[in-house]
Amino acid sequence: MSDTETLRHLPLEALHEEAGARFGAFAGWRMPLTYPAGVMKEHLHTRESAGLFDISHMQLFEVQGPDAIAFLSRACPLDAAALGEGRSKYTVLLTEKAGIIDDLIVTRLGPQRFMVVANAGNAARDEAHFRDIAQGFDITFEALERVLLALQGPEAEAVLIAAGLDLSDLTFMTGTEPRPNWFVARSGYTGEDGFEVALPVDDAERFARKLLDDDRVQWIGLAARDSLRLEAGLCLHGQDLDEATDPASAAILWAVPKALREEGKFIGARALQAIIAEGAREKRVGLKPEGRQPVRAGAPIINEAGETVGRVTSGGFGPSAGHPVAMGYVARSLSEPGTRLFTEVRGNRIALDVHPLPFTPQRYHKG
Amino acid sequence: MSKTYFTEDHEWIKVDAGVATVGITDYAQEQLGDLVFVELPEAGKTLAKGDTAVVVESVKAASDVYAPANGEVTEVNEALTSDPSLVNSAAAGDGWLWKMTLADESQLEGLMDEAAYQASVA
Repeated sequence: MSDTETLRHLPLEALHEEAGARFGAFAGWRMPLTYPAGVMKEHLHTRESAGLFDISHMQLFEVQGPDAIAFLSRACPLDAAALGEGRSKYTVLLTEKAGIIDDLIVTRLGPQRFMVVANAGNAARDEAHFRDIAQGFDITFEALERVLLALQGPEAEAVLIAAGLDLSDLTFMTGTEPRPNWFVARSGYTGEDGFEVALPVDDAERFARKLLDDDRVQWIGLAARDSLRLEAGLCLHGQDLDEATDPASAAILWAVPKALREEGKFIGARALQAIIAEGAREKRVGLKPEGRQPVRAGAPIINEAGETVGRVTSGGFGPSAGHPVAMGYVARSLSEPGTRLFTEVRGNRIALDVHPLPFTPQRYHKG
Repeated sequence: MSKTYFTEDHEWIKVDAGVATVGITDYAQEQLGDLVFVELPEAGKTLAKGDTAVVVESVKAASDVYAPANGEVTEVNEALTSDPSLVNSAAAGDGWLWKMTLADESQLEGLMDEAAYQASVA
């Protein structure tokens, strides 16, 4: 990598070096891709025990003030007033044309206070977009500097309790502030139960070491993070979502409350209404390639006659599924599970079946 | 007497009585990570030096393995079809990729021996 100098470094980089991480560039950051165990074992360990991810490249924004609800309800297709304190919601930032600028998790922390977690690669764009909108609202909008650690897997809750952080009261998609300047949500990007813990940089090394002292915990790199989220059917912005896609075609319309689809005042509302009225032309679906050959992002999706009918946006091998897994966009008429489609890899035609998402059952703690 | 050569592309070529067995090095498999698929050529396929002979796919990416010389594929490691991870666990042994005849063994001259190769990745 020639641009190593321009990459941003994780505050806990030394800890990853110590663990033998192999690094690579992602979204402008020097990130651990794998550890010596390797992507396969890291992936399976997360599903069986507890995987620790350093996702400090992601950006936290704190929104507060008398207009916080109105501001977020303008910026996102979100009914911020209806969001209970301590509740998290998956939402998006849209362009006027309903193109997806980013996907976000918003958590309400108080009557007039919210936490927003955004993707690393979009953080600067998101902040500019939010600040633009903020002009007319009585709020403060602050980008927080935190270390963000995700602990994911069936042992995550017990590990945190052993580390002195009892969050057993939290259910999936709720959040809290257990210590000053800490923020924890019971959420993640693996399909497993788990937590995302944002904490001050000064507290982070001690806390991470405490977690790693537990035999159930192992560092997990970005490579396994990707295979885990893909099996779980979760989108990666920049691949599966972008400004050329909208919530309807991306099959994330569930994140937009019904009332808002009809009469929302959020940016992109009109365009989204029109798309819904006409019906999205294409739809994001799961794809199961036949055989063992992985099908990667960028591969064309073709029909029996060889005509292009879509594109693969994420693909790889699913270690828990035990077969290749992919997702992509296809013409809406071809989006029913079981529909047989094809792709070509190095001149070989490979059958792809539209497959329900997720590929592996989600095991969230719904309480 | 067999002789083993190493390329800058992290392949090993073991030559025995005019037939070359080709695989990737332990260093290469470590760089690639867990392999999930190996695309093998058909026996009988003619290869020219530098042709992509095999594609190895890890969880994340696909990588080409090149023919080190001109020749014809005589055998492929069928065991990799059901267990690609053999390349990870035994890159220099049971994880071999294919065997080929050598039209001109002198094409291998100039490749590294094991000591030189190990020094190059140290």
